[in-house]
Amino acid sequence: MIYREAGEFKSSYQADQAILTIRQDRWFIWGLMAFAFLVIPAISSEYWLTTIMLPFLILGLAALGLNILTGYAGQLSLGTGGFMATGAFAAYKLATAFPELNIVIVILASGLITSGVGILFGVPSLRIKGFYLAVATLASQFFLIWMFNKFGWFTNYSASGVISAPPMSVFNEILVTGPHATPVAKYLFVLTLVVLLTLVAKNLVRSNIGREWMAVRDMDIAAEIIGIPMLSTKLKAFAVSSFYCGVAGALWAFLHTGSVEPLAFDVNRSFQVLFMVIIGGLGSIMGAFLGAGFIVLLPILLTNAPHWFGLNIAVDTISHIEFMVFGILIIFFLIVEPHGLARLWQITKEKLRLWPFPY
Amino acid sequence: MNIRKLKFGIGVATLGAATLLGATASFAADTQFIGSLVYRTGPYAPGGIPWADGFSDYFRLLNERDGGINGVMLELEECDTAYNTDKGVECYERLKNKGSTGMPAVSPLSTGITYALLDRVVADKIPLITSGYGRADAADGRVFPYAFVLPSTYWGGADIAIHHIADLEGGYGSLKGKKIALVYHDSAYGKEPIKTLETLGAQHGFELSLFPVPHPGLEQKATWLKIGRQLRPDYVLMWGWGVMNATAIKEAAAVGFPRDKMIGVWWSGNEPDVITAGQAALGYKALQMNRVGADFPLHKDIVKVLYDNGKGTASTPKDVGSAIYNRGIQSAIYLAEALRTAMNEFGNKPVTGEQVQWALDRFSLTEERIAEIGVTGLFAPVELSCIDHQGQGQAMVTQWDGKQWKPITELIAPNMEMLRPMYEESAAQYAKEKGITPRTCG
Repeated sequence: MIYREAGEFKSSYQADQAILTIRQDRWFIWGLMAFAFLVIPAISSEYWLTTIMLPFLILGLAALGLNILTGYAGQLSLGTGGFMATGAFAAYKLATAFPELNIVIVILASGLITSGVGILFGVPSLRIKGFYLAVATLASQFFLIWMFNKFGWFTNYSASGVISAPPMSVFNEILVTGPHATPVAKYLFVLTLVVLLTLVAKNLVRSNIGREWMAVRDMDIAAEIIGIPMLSTKLKAFAVSSFYCGVAGALWAFLHTGSVEPLAFDVNRSFQVLFMVIIGGLGSIMGAFLGAGFIVLLPILLTNAPHWFGLNIAVDTISHIEFMVFGILIIFFLIVEPHGLARLWQITKEKLRLWPFPY
Repeated sequence: MNIRKLKFGIGVATLGAATLLGATASFAADTQFIGSLVYRTGPYAPGGIPWADGFSDYFRLLNERDGGINGVMLELEECDTAYNTDKGVECYERLKNKGSTGMPAVSPLSTGITYALLDRVVADKIPLITSGYGRADAADGRVFPYAFVLPSTYWGGADIAIHHIADLEGGYGSLKGKKIALVYHDSAYGKEPIKTLETLGAQHGFELSLFPVPHPGLEQKATWLKIGRQLRPDYVLMWGWGVMNATAIKEAAAVGFPRDKMIGVWWSGNEPDVITAGQAALGYKALQMNRVGADFPLHKDIVKVLYDNGKGTASTPKDVGSAIYNRGIQSAIYLAEALRTAMNEFGNKPVTGEQVQWALDRFSLTEERIAEIGVTGLFAPVELSCIDHQGQGQAMVTQWDGKQWKPITELIAPNMEMLRPMYEESAAQYAKEKGITPRTCG
């Protein structure tokens, strides 16, 4: 009743090709943006902004990067953590070698460096597929972390191998990294970057590049026969995906924790992001964020839950319950909807079109 | 999935989110809140649990026996980090504003979490007390006003271990040409001593070989084959934690490397490590920054007041007096004394992090005060200042005799004449990178 496209006429190609063709969808997205940019900073506590929204947005961006590679181009990767580390260390080297560089440039440049590394590790994808490629990317994960651990140059010869973000600001005045940056400034900075990059990704997957990726994913031999160049298409996917992961890694190191050791991007991080993509929905931009929300927010929700009900449970019991409930929920969602939360969202929208008179 | 189920799901989620937003815990205004980041779960729980019990027992005892500190009751809340940095940061953010004055200080018991909190504690004005772990150059209080590394750092520990080896070999002169291997947890924690050992190696002419062990450290066969069969070093130093320690001791036994030539740092000197390793651990040495054992008056009080009345943190007092339990007690005493100093200055009411920082900057725990607490000999007196956030940094060498950690040396102080310039140089580099202007200490 309230959500249907009947009566909405498109009179130009531009309108027909818009990202959101239904008016209600546009309202929803504008509403969501207004909520994210205006309402959340106004009502959220520091705890919400720094420990829930920042990791959610940054890991959502990393999941988006992996989703481009795995969900759209069909190349299974376990190297996300390594690429995030590359972004973080590249950003650190750039920020300390050129202290006058703007943070936006530092972060985008570290994304570009990561995409170069991604292309390098994407080369084997031409010959190997599926699980074998997963193993090859796993090797890149271990190699990159080992490299940052092994060579002191990457950490400016710090005794402990930990990198720490120098204070940097945008618009000359507003600090976004370092101890004196306000949570609101950090949040808005990350949000702006994530929204812009998401928009780019959305358009990318709707363009001919995105269609090439999907053709390769669905059947690579058929794609090759109709004239899609395998090597450049796959490497493009690796480049774009690594760019997103690199930016996410730089944001994680600079804006979220402020200082990281290579261990923060170990193989568990790769799995975490992969699970976000799988639970959120492969081949969906929305799914990356839904998955990130599920994986980041749910454990926090579960550890906090006993306190709201006034239950005085020992912390170790809470941790164990959290693990169990979290595991059960993952299985539950995958059984109910194997295509992920994004598919669930889509079904909701379809049902909503018929509501309240389903047939 | 039909729409009704979905609506129900959305309803529940909204309700959950709403409760999360509106969640406020109630604390009495006149109790001092103490937040404690612990790990009772995860791969390092065997070490984390006794530490957390010791830390909590001491505050429970103060409440039960003395009615808190200066009449202010203490309220301790734990948060489980599972030794995971992400979770640690979440715990810190959750606890930092609780109670009437927020968290007065934080001790995360993890070098990784320590690094993640270094920036945050400056902004939040909450002292970060890392007793025997964390960032060594935080000993320079000018660059790190909110970080405290009493009683010792890894750099100090490395120096003490080499000191002990020199004593065994007959002086620093005999170290020339000796081969020393460092087996370390490949993380920020394990890497800390490398720089010090390299400096000492260059000074005294011993050869240092590095053997990183990836987390969690269950796979060390190749490492120890290389050490035992190929390199054959004169001594092995170990910077391990959790299962890595027991595995290393067992592997050393398997390749026949003498255990009395192995010296672990304090985190490699816990009962769970050597008991798991069984016979293989006989003769294994470890540094300790505190004495082991439960025959201190304080421990007797803990058993009598808490455990005999079923009020102890653990269910049984079996861990009371173990090496790592005593380290928990030690950390708790430092914090309690800082709180007391702050209350003496700012009034007997809950104190803020900033006031505790003031107290820690002029922290003084004398022999007499240690005796009053009932722990004479548990650890050395500590004196901090605005510029020195470490103190003397003593530790002793102990040896496992199958039943207990037997001290084989007195407390040894590290060579601060060498370490202090290293702290200052490293801190200065950090200050430069982070754009920190070191405060002046009058």
